Amino acid sequence: MPTQTITSHATQVCQKIQSEFPGLIEMRPQFRGETSLRLLDAEKIRDISVFLRDKLGYDYLIDISSVDHENEEPRFEIVYEHYSLSAHDHLRLSCRVSEDNPELPTIADIFPTANWHEREIYDMMGIKFRNHPDLRRILMWEGYPHFPLRKDFPLEGLPVHMPDGHFTDAAPMEGGPFVTSTSDFAHEAEPRSRTPR
Amino acid sequence: MSTLYTPPAQKKNTIEAEHLDIAAKFEHDVQKYNNSHPEAERLVLNMGPSHPSTHGVLRIVLELDGETITKAEPDVGFLHRGDEKIAENMTYNQFVPYTDRLDYLAPLANNVAYALAVEKLMGWELPPRGQAIRVICCEMARISAHLLGLGAFAMDCGAMTVFLYTFTEREKLYNLIELLTGARFTTSYTRIGGMTRDLPDGFIPGLKKFLDEFPTRIDEIDNLLSRNKIFVDRTKDIGVISKQDAIAYALSGPNLRGSGIEHDLRKVHPYCGYEKYDFDIPIGSVGDCYDRYYCRIQELRESVKILRQAIDKLPSGPICYQDPKNTLPPKEAVLTKMEELIHQFMIVTQGIQAPKGEIYFGAENPKGELGFYICSKGGGVPYRLKIRAPSFVNLSILPKLLPGNMVSDTVAILGSLDFVMGECDR
Repeated sequence: MPTQTITSHATQVCQKIQSEFPGLIEMRPQFRGETSLRLLDAEKIRDISVFLRDKLGYDYLIDISSVDHENEEPRFEIVYEHYSLSAHDHLRLSCRVSEDNPELPTIADIFPTANWHEREIYDMMGIKFRNHPDLRRILMWEGYPHFPLRKDFPLEGLPVHMPDGHFTDAAPMEGGPFVTSTSDFAHEAEPRSRTPR
Repeated sequence: MSTLYTPPAQKKNTIEAEHLDIAAKFEHDVQKYNNSHPEAERLVLNMGPSHPSTHGVLRIVLELDGETITKAEPDVGFLHRGDEKIAENMTYNQFVPYTDRLDYLAPLANNVAYALAVEKLMGWELPPRGQAIRVICCEMARISAHLLGLGAFAMDCGAMTVFLYTFTEREKLYNLIELLTGARFTTSYTRIGGMTRDLPDGFIPGLKKFLDEFPTRIDEIDNLLSRNKIFVDRTKDIGVISKQDAIAYALSGPNLRGSGIEHDLRKVHPYCGYEKYDFDIPIGSVGDCYDRYYCRIQELRESVKILRQAIDKLPSGPICYQDPKNTLPPKEAVLTKMEELIHQFMIVTQGIQAPKGEIYFGAENPKGELGFYICSKGGGVPYRLKIRAPSFVNLSILPKLLPGNMVSDTVAILGSLDFVMGECDR
């Protein structure tokens, strides 16, 4: 990963955040000109969101993503893409929550746009947002028992039969998925039929 | 009652005053009744998922007090196909066809946005001709998407004719896209690091002819709607989104600019060499349905400007980024040379070898900011690919925007937001 020189604006912003929240922020190496910060305590996300919005001008929350780092602890990462409309500056803030207690405070009242993003993350990854005004599934149907974007959820899906008549079946894969995977060994990286986990 | 029967010439003012009195009294009675019965006479109306004005499969549960909406609850996800899960199980190039199916009214723009996102992860930049071709793709997609958006919006507001006009123009554009990519809808034109093929013969003259005729058509559409009493009455001061709300709900595209915020990713974070083109960003002042509509009309004109410049300055040279180990070699070389054959095989089977890291890239698509967050752990497959769909974000303002409006305004507001459910539900 090429470590690029950190721009002065990003350094200033990081210094301000670090002096406001000492010991809670870890700056990650800049990659492709993007500033990424890691918040070490997910419980502080509300404080830092208010600080970013009111004091540093990051008034536009582009997106919230979630990543399932399987076999790592803490397992889930929530990624906030902040943007300042006045300074035209992008800032990524991420924090982690554990598999045993996948929960963190909501920021839906600070950034109303977060409402649906948090619902989607709950729907797809099963991460709960405390005090969210309306934490229901958004893309899958209400009552669906799985979290499809978790890495242990198979690509073809799981059969679900609900007593109220809702159902899904696993997709026919015909020996697939014939996908490649990340590996240093050719026989693992080649696209082959892999038995679903 | 007797006053009503007196000759109007003498008692006109009294009658009007009396009518006003009655209306005010009636209003007062309703208010009083509502205050004492807060839950009384609320009707829950289900709109969609198959409703002509929802442009796809959007369901909105409306709670009505008379004809006024008191609560709106959008229900999305009917078109959920799990694109993000699929992306984790294939190489970067294999995902290109899936991007056609996000905003299926502007597939070329999606292809370009996705390719640019992965190229940002790789740290690549296309040669000038490749960038100019991508600009042409984006702007053609913008025109065709806006034409459909405007036509459907006008039809929802009762102006059927405009839809036929815009579809005629859109058809010409789709003929050009077919010439360019071989497909009208599912274009899959880009590859990571370039395009499938260079511009074909006859494409530039065809596009020139279209650009010569199209401004007159924009004027026609503009004349049909912009001072049309019915259309203006249905859109002016309806569905007003304030600047603060637009930012708080992170709207993007014409919906954000309609509220008076001058934010266009082509200007503030230029990609594909957009900084070399001379164009303006149309913005609204009020943030109502009319402003959003008029921003789109103006964007059509700006797109024509950009396309003209792109054609005039079209550089020659290669269209693809050159990296023998990671970009697909030319087909002639694959069929005749050993090295290229091996590279082709490795790239197709194992994918482009991306570095570890995470990036976010947003492109200014017709509907707004289409962003891709890619978390890579190395190798040919994204570990996580999150799609920031503009329609999904734009729709999240509905529970705030709809209450207080009349039921019939819902169609105007939905039309002015111009969303696509394929992208919203992914």
